[in-house]
Amino acid sequence: MDRQLLIVSTLCFLAAIGRTIVSLRAGIFRPGQFNFLAIGLGFIFQTAFLSIRGHALGRCPLTNLFEVFIFLAWSVALIYMLVGPAYRLSLMGAFTAPLVVLLQGFALIAPIDTRHPVKLPANPWLEFHASISLVAYGAFALACIAGVMYLVQERQLKTHQLHSIFSHLPPLTDLFAAITRLLWWGFALYTLGLVSGFFVGQPLPYVQVVCASGVWLLYAAILQGRHLRRLAPKHVAALCIVGFSAALALLWGITFTAQMQSLP
Amino acid sequence: MNLFCVGLSHHTADVETRERFAGHAETDGILRGAGCTEALLLTTCNRVEVYAASEKRVSTDEIARCLVRNIENDRSEYAPPFYRYEDEKCVQHLFRVASGLDSMVVGESEILGQAKKAYESARASGVAGPCLHRLFQRAFRVAKQVRTHTEITRGSVSVGSVAVDLAQRIFGQLSSCKVLVLGAGETSERTARALVSRGVTDLRVSNRSSDRAQELAQLVGGRAVRFDEWPQQCREIDILITSTSSETPLLTPKMLAPMLRNRVDRPLFVIDIAVPRDVEPSVNEMHGVYLYDIDSLQSVAEQSLALRRQQITAAEAIIAEHVADFGKSISDKLNCKAPSAERRALGETPLHTSEL
Repeated sequence: MDRQLLIVSTLCFLAAIGRTIVSLRAGIFRPGQFNFLAIGLGFIFQTAFLSIRGHALGRCPLTNLFEVFIFLAWSVALIYMLVGPAYRLSLMGAFTAPLVVLLQGFALIAPIDTRHPVKLPANPWLEFHASISLVAYGAFALACIAGVMYLVQERQLKTHQLHSIFSHLPPLTDLFAAITRLLWWGFALYTLGLVSGFFVGQPLPYVQVVCASGVWLLYAAILQGRHLRRLAPKHVAALCIVGFSAALALLWGITFTAQMQSLP
Repeated sequence: MNLFCVGLSHHTADVETRERFAGHAETDGILRGAGCTEALLLTTCNRVEVYAASEKRVSTDEIARCLVRNIENDRSEYAPPFYRYEDEKCVQHLFRVASGLDSMVVGESEILGQAKKAYESARASGVAGPCLHRLFQRAFRVAKQVRTHTEITRGSVSVGSVAVDLAQRIFGQLSSCKVLVLGAGETSERTARALVSRGVTDLRVSNRSSDRAQELAQLVGGRAVRFDEWPQQCREIDILITSTSSETPLLTPKMLAPMLRNRVDRPLFVIDIAVPRDVEPSVNEMHGVYLYDIDSLQSVAEQSLALRRQQITAAEAIIAEHVADFGKSISDKLNCKAPSAERRALGETPLHTSEL
């Protein structure tokens, strides 16, 4: 039952992508409400899935790689819904939906929905740490998407090729403001997640702590560079992509290590 | 009832010929006298057209004679440059004209306003009746639909509007942008005006001749700055429009680098419309600087035009649908027995003015 909800949710996101492709192929792309509604509906089904899974487990559904991917996709959709009307009506939705489909599609197809041999005890600090960190990842993912959009728009303006399929991208200054806002939100949430990790009451793997601190330092450096105006907006945008790739690799590493450790 | 259109446009006649047949104050009355039950004269800088409905056929020559401005001195043959469309072809032609497909700049929307004005004028003087009312109201609907459902109006096609479009793609809202106009040429004036019309309030003008700078500043609602102060101004501004007659580049990367040091996250948009150019092309390679010279602005305008032309097929499909539907609905009504009663009803309802 819960997987069916997830399939319906993925279809909603696919509808958003389909609509975008049809519009772009027809040469007409007017960012409208359809993408927002389709993503909103997909988000509702994601939430229903996570809620059912959470009730079944008796804890936050973050016990395997499958659930981590779905939670991450949910966080991306959540942040997309929260970032403000200016970004909803742009191509942001067209960039967000493929990322969510990629995450959910992979989770649904790959055999990673493995149940733990033993029922995990509830640990509020651990659940808080994991969930808040994943919402931070959602903000970083959106910052990464905005970064890609910034680089595309910047390239179009520099090369004087302004009529590509992405001619409806938001203005550079708006995109940079969105990147900055998303970075600050992501960084604050990630810091909260990182600090709460020290209260989980379990010994933390040294490598994980070092890598997580490394990602934290990378984002801190980007924000510091931005604050002191040492980094050009183009570099901030590019670093958002690097930062999210690093964060994603870390997330994979943490989940993979946790699953290895839980095997009998 | 016979519905037809006779006219000439930039496709068929040069400007002198169009001037000769631009119509005059008595044209409406003469058209009535020539046998047109209803008539509407659409005159723009690119076309002169008469849309008319008549019980019997009115020849193209007769219409041409009604349009000629000075009939005493003009005895030449009128027919050759004129085109004539009847019934369905006439409907299709008007729908194409109103949608901007027949315009010199494909997709321009000014023609729709001109058609509305011509219709309102004909309606007010009583020469447009129920046939033309239906035809023009449908034409306005079609034009709106074409503009909404295709990208025929997409992009900018003049240097000034391209510059404004680009500025909006960089800065979004232009109300907080500071603009410096360097050199007070005609194109820079037009560009500055276009920027002001989109919300720019802080506009500075600098020119070798301070009188000309003052004059332009007054014209566009800006303030004049001394010519030797413009490098300092570059530290503050967001948009630079340059069109001086300098033989050597005024702005080089070496000169710009120290100015950019304190504005790392604020882009600078440079519009160089001078020939020879005022800004070295390598300035475009600097971080946060977007340089457009006259050629690149024109190339963007041409890209827009090419895109608009791609939309013609989609627009024609919408028009064809409406032509077929209009043909069906009008065929009975065109042959209505009591047009005068309907015309009275038309005059009584306030809807028609509000539809404009």
